[in-house]
Amino acid sequence: MSTALHAEWTKLRTISGPAWLLLGVVLLTAAVSAAAAGATSCPAGLDCPVDTTKLSLTGIQFGQAVVAILAVLTIGNEYSTGLIRVTFTALPRRLEVYAAKAVIIAGVVLAAGAVAVLGSVLAGHLILPGHGFTAARGYPTVTLAYGPTLRAAGGSVLYLALIALLSLGVAAMLRDSAVSIGAVLAVLYLFPIVLAFVGNATWRHRLERWTPTNAGLAIQATTGLRNLAISPWAGLGVLAIWAGVALLAGALVLRTRDA
Amino acid sequence: MSTDTMSVRGAAADASTRGGGFGPLLRSEWTKFRTVRGWVIGMIVAGVLTVFVGLFAAGNSNIGCQSANGAPRTGRACLPYIPHGPGGEVVTDSFNFAHQTLTGDGTITARVTSFTGEHANLNGQPVRAGSGPDMQPGLMPWSKAGLIIKQSLHQGSAYAAMMVTGRNGVRMQSNYTSDTAGLPGMVSAAHPRWLRLTRSGDTITGYDSADGTHWTEVGTARLAGLPATVQAGMFATSPNYVFTSRSFGGNSNQGGPSQATGVFDDVRVTGTSAGGTWADAAVGGGGPAGPAARGRAAGFTGAGGTYTLTGSGDIAPEVPGPAGTLPTATVEQSLAGVFIGLIAIVVVAAMFFTAEYRRGLIRTTLAATPRRGQVLAAKAIVAGAAAFALGLVAAVVAIGVGVPMESSKGQVVLPVSGLTEVRVVAGTAALLAVAAVFAVALGAALRRSAAAITLAVVTVVMPFLLTALNVFPAGVGAWLLRLTPAAGLAIQQSIPRYPQVTTVYSPAGGYYPLPPFAGLAVLCAWAAAALALAYVLLRRRDA
Repeated sequence: MSTALHAEWTKLRTISGPAWLLLGVVLLTAAVSAAAAGATSCPAGLDCPVDTTKLSLTGIQFGQAVVAILAVLTIGNEYSTGLIRVTFTALPRRLEVYAAKAVIIAGVVLAAGAVAVLGSVLAGHLILPGHGFTAARGYPTVTLAYGPTLRAAGGSVLYLALIALLSLGVAAMLRDSAVSIGAVLAVLYLFPIVLAFVGNATWRHRLERWTPTNAGLAIQATTGLRNLAISPWAGLGVLAIWAGVALLAGALVLRTRDA
Repeated sequence: MSTDTMSVRGAAADASTRGGGFGPLLRSEWTKFRTVRGWVIGMIVAGVLTVFVGLFAAGNSNIGCQSANGAPRTGRACLPYIPHGPGGEVVTDSFNFAHQTLTGDGTITARVTSFTGEHANLNGQPVRAGSGPDMQPGLMPWSKAGLIIKQSLHQGSAYAAMMVTGRNGVRMQSNYTSDTAGLPGMVSAAHPRWLRLTRSGDTITGYDSADGTHWTEVGTARLAGLPATVQAGMFATSPNYVFTSRSFGGNSNQGGPSQATGVFDDVRVTGTSAGGTWADAAVGGGGPAGPAARGRAAGFTGAGGTYTLTGSGDIAPEVPGPAGTLPTATVEQSLAGVFIGLIAIVVVAAMFFTAEYRRGLIRTTLAATPRRGQVLAAKAIVAGAAAFALGLVAAVVAIGVGVPMESSKGQVVLPVSGLTEVRVVAGTAALLAVAAVFAVALGAALRRSAAAITLAVVTVVMPFLLTALNVFPAGVGAWLLRLTPAAGLAIQQSIPRYPQVTTVYSPAGGYYPLPPFAGLAVLCAWAAAALALAYVLLRRRDA
């Protein structure tokens, strides 16, 4: 296993693509978060229904696209270049290779995600009080010292890692970067759009509870927890189930099909 | 040297001409497209998912209500009478009407000396303690009071009206959708407004005046087939108050009733009328609104030639969104699945070009057809045509099945003209086709499917999502939908934006900042720019 890990780590760090994509995750997440915080303000005298922590973590919704691309490419590129056959010749235990890929990609995404989330929280911390969201008006300061915010921030990092694993599983299943990226982006962004068009309360509830993006992002909520369709950690659990099923399906395909 | 180069180029051109020109090239690209099983499956999946997601959204919109005796009811049984205007559109037609019959040609004139209103208080500060949902003073921008000549007291019948409004000055409106501006400014005792309507045959002309002697023609309305005997008189109405709190993740809209009161004097009717007695009718339940109606003066009083009229509702086209009183839906709501069709088609179209690079086939292709621009054009045409055909079938099925499904569930699907429906359906197909061309061009320019697909999906789908989720303020979101390829989605908008109706005109509600064809033109411009870039790069780089 350590050989496989070492090999995957070497592959990842010796080409420039992943490093740029990780930088992209950090910059895009923090920039969109800062822009969202900067674009929102609460005029005096109005009661604004804003969850300041969730607002500060807006960038995650866009950083996740880059995370998905990174994860898909770690296995998709091997198939497109034919490197996968060399890899499996050198390390015939395929699941070990697959597990090593999962560990490495989850590790680097956790690291990049932590930086991205810290940047987002810092942006919210600095920007929002100046826009009317002060503690005096009942909006807790966006800081990791506040329990719910810490949970939301830490959960967002985990969220990105789970998205990476989900994408890796899909790529292992579909074996093609292009199709996999299309499929993952559809899974990530289609459900929120469908939710905007569905009027039926039962189905809205179901979509909010059981689709990866909607359920997983429940981890970011710090206000109105009682009205959530699914509790924060349970929501992240739903995303974990999606990621787990995708990883399993990927493993199955990897084991049974010729490379 | 230069002659050598010339002759080599000439030979290449000859070879390609002998090869058969553009037609066979198209056919060879079509063969490539249809013989890759994954792409065909991808296109079919795109079509099926487009229809399925649209029908899912349409089929799961249920209306529930209670009958008079408390029994639960669902679907169409919940709907009130739905008036349709002379143009066939669904309209709101509720107002308080002090009327008398007018036979043949005639004129009605009046002075409006005061126009005030009240609306539901939604900010939580009680105005009058202990009287239920409170009302606070204030007119809506489109509260209306003035003179009206109307075919009959039936909702949806033809009319022409001259009115003062809450914040839009004097207006002449007719048949629900037409609106012409007259004198600006608010009405007060110091600044009264004289209004006049003159009927002559089918034509009604509106005039306004600030002093009662100098009159200006505001506009004319032709009401085709207007009967000889019509109802003429004074009216007042005021649309629902719409209060939107924007927050990340969506708007929350609150609404409440409002009412407006106009005071009229100097009322003169010439022509064959009922003889000076005014009858009061709350057309469409348009009397004083909600809780304020309790224990207040009647909707219509008159003494000494001064008349006070209070009403609520609106005389306007029904629009989707929180301003309306009905559970409305639009035709294009059955097309929600287009987003997934878009993603799938973009994937196939980008791969249509990048796959050539991956397998090295591009060198064979370019050896057979040295005119690289033609290869690019052939691929763009094949991918675009396939996407168009698929989009057309998917949109026809989605609307053909989805709209009756929504109607049966009790949604009022706002009817549109056949031409508009054709534009929405063919426009959806064109949207997919142009997006496919865009993706082909990106694939040719970037040579890598991952990059091309991500760029295409992010620029076409993401701006809509960004705006619909209110990540950015409305202004930024609107600019995204004007400038990015996502502007093309505007081609699906079936109900126009009416300036005379206040509602939340948001992309999530189906309103785009650009007119339909302008939006599609923006997408086309992006596709053209990507094609130009791809052409230059394809010519310049070695394959």
